[in-house]
Amino acid sequence: MGTFTMPSLGADMEAGILVEWLKQPGEELSHGDIIAVVETDKGAIEVEVFEDGRLDRLLVEPGTKVPVGTPLAEIAGSGTQAQASPPPEPHVPADAPVETAPPAPPVSARPEAEPVSSIAPIFGAGERISPAARKLAYDKELDLNALQGTGPDGAIILADVQKAAGLAAGGANRTRPRNLAPMRRAIAAAMSRSKREIPHYYLCHSFDVSAAREWLDAFNGGKPPAERLVFSALTLKAVALAVSEFPEFNGFYGQNGFSASRSIHVGIAIALRGGGLAAPAIHNTDRLSLPELMLAMNDLVSRTRAGGFRSSEISDPTVTVSSLGERGVEALLPIIYPPQVAIIGFGSVVQRAWATGGAVQVRPVMCATLAADHRASDGHRGALLLRRIEELLSHPEGL
Amino acid sequence: MSEPAELSYREAVRSAIRNAMQDDPRVFLMGEDVGHYGGCYAVSKGLLDEFGPDRIRDTPLSESAFTGAGIGAAMGGMRPIVEIMTCNFSLLALDQIMNNAATLRHMSGGQVSVPLVIRMATGGGRQLGAQHSHSLEGWYAHIPGIRVLAPATVEDAGGMLAPALADPDPVLIFENALLYNDTARVDGLAKADIDHAAVRREGTDISLITYGGSLGKTLAAAELLEQVGISAEVLDLRVLRPLDEEAILGSVARTRRCVVVDEGWRSGSISAEVMARISESGFWNLDAPLARVCSEEVPIPYAKHLEDAALPNTDKIVQAVRKLLGR
Repeated sequence: MGTFTMPSLGADMEAGILVEWLKQPGEELSHGDIIAVVETDKGAIEVEVFEDGRLDRLLVEPGTKVPVGTPLAEIAGSGTQAQASPPPEPHVPADAPVETAPPAPPVSARPEAEPVSSIAPIFGAGERISPAARKLAYDKELDLNALQGTGPDGAIILADVQKAAGLAAGGANRTRPRNLAPMRRAIAAAMSRSKREIPHYYLCHSFDVSAAREWLDAFNGGKPPAERLVFSALTLKAVALAVSEFPEFNGFYGQNGFSASRSIHVGIAIALRGGGLAAPAIHNTDRLSLPELMLAMNDLVSRTRAGGFRSSEISDPTVTVSSLGERGVEALLPIIYPPQVAIIGFGSVVQRAWATGGAVQVRPVMCATLAADHRASDGHRGALLLRRIEELLSHPEGL
Repeated sequence: MSEPAELSYREAVRSAIRNAMQDDPRVFLMGEDVGHYGGCYAVSKGLLDEFGPDRIRDTPLSESAFTGAGIGAAMGGMRPIVEIMTCNFSLLALDQIMNNAATLRHMSGGQVSVPLVIRMATGGGRQLGAQHSHSLEGWYAHIPGIRVLAPATVEDAGGMLAPALADPDPVLIFENALLYNDTARVDGLAKADIDHAAVRREGTDISLITYGGSLGKTLAAAELLEQVGISAEVLDLRVLRPLDEEAILGSVARTRRCVVVDEGWRSGSISAEVMARISESGFWNLDAPLARVCSEEVPIPYAKHLEDAALPNTDKIVQAVRKLLGR
């Protein structure tokens, strides 16, 4: 028997409102299933379960606000399945001397205090859905759980999704209304804490991005819009690869000082329509190819704007990137999102007179900034990090 | 030149050797019993009389020695064809093939090339016991620096030798011994391409990916599947190294399902490599798990019923496909 508790979905989260149960007692659960929706200061977040079993009993009614760690449901072990790996818990709030520890049942659904590093791979046990079916369902925004599989052993195959797509055209889009006031409060709390506690240092570096621009144009040439890359996919990948060589910028500052993360989950600052901001992570950014990264970004941005990011995405970025994009200004000096130790900002690409090879030419120039925690790193290394990002973007074919 | 209307696989290989020797005085054939005996599978029968003992050379029973001699001759400007009786015996020459033939271009910084062709028989099904019946082409496909060919048709048996000899690097040709008596009507020995896989049968429901001695069984399985309403595409790999990844992924992108048929053992096999490539680059197209039909993981038995049970056959292929499709 395991206990599913109100998760901590951010350094400053003390309580959350259980909005909705997405599973009912008696249903089988697999590692990674989304079990409930929790309203936090950041908005409604889909919460995953990290063990296999059967949902036994719901302990909290929808609409109830409970502190982090409060048992929400009981999960009966499947008996045949080993316990799934616990979720990573990178968020050890630096300012919380005593963790809001959950009551310790024999088998905890969310064991606390495990290593900061790796994300356990999610193997969907029990459900059989072919990759082609998943992809079409994703493209068509169909809920696979609602489909009846006709493949071997009841597997959901492409034909099932095609059939459903024909019937269910339109209307499947799930968006949630968002109350912005709590999010404003959450941003205020996190940023105030950051400025209060983190000794920031800032570095700026402008460089010519014509190589990356030209490579991107060549790559996108002739491709349908859905397969094209945007510039920020390149900068995101460059950051992920660069911090892999500079681990002191990738990780968390906790009660015992800095601890580097082995995995690289780059958070992307996403401005929400109507105001507000979230910075969920793209898992293992350094290991994604550019097209995969683009897919992940599009997915994350659209889900975030629809209020559908997952608990593991919001709670475990190891470093954050903030890009101003086309309509921004030249540079930004970002604020670190605690307990992370670095945030990298990219200004808009602007046409500038640029001295190169003894002559002045008009070149596309971008300013990259680093705000880093001086407790974890020093400016010399920070400068090397920005130089490395420049170098990576100068050879975009290697990204 | 007159061409027979009906040609066997054996005759096609022989004609290809004859043509190559007529076209280029640097070409010669060397191996155990290739001269007076005419080759253990009678491929070179008659060539000694035609070309003489300088160009059709019987060798001592030492694969390492005569393969090494072939490498040396190739480095010296000749175009040797080395015949090794079976791929089991080729392991005695593995040091020469892997440590010398495959590496010399790279270790000499491009100064030395080894334009050598090694032909060998492969495969089981002839009650020749475990010393003569294995399929080791997948092992050779592991080695960078060589090209590995698996002609499955009479056309390829006759057409792959000339481009193999023209290749500046070592080429291994695996001839499944059960194919030597296969016949086909061929217009002539056209030069075959040695870079690409070939779709031998088009289909829409599943890709059956195979090569060499398993092609016939797989085509027969595709015919049977047609009768139960399953449309199978058959892709003949033809070239095991370098793999024609584009053809593999293209076929699976069309059918979204795949069974690999390989007479090699499954562990660490070429079938494993094909499946890995599909997983790497074709994952999102898949509508069913990948599957394969391989030889059982035993030394190929001598007893006929055991040997039959150990090797892939048409029925096993049909069963694998039907299980995958659930019908």
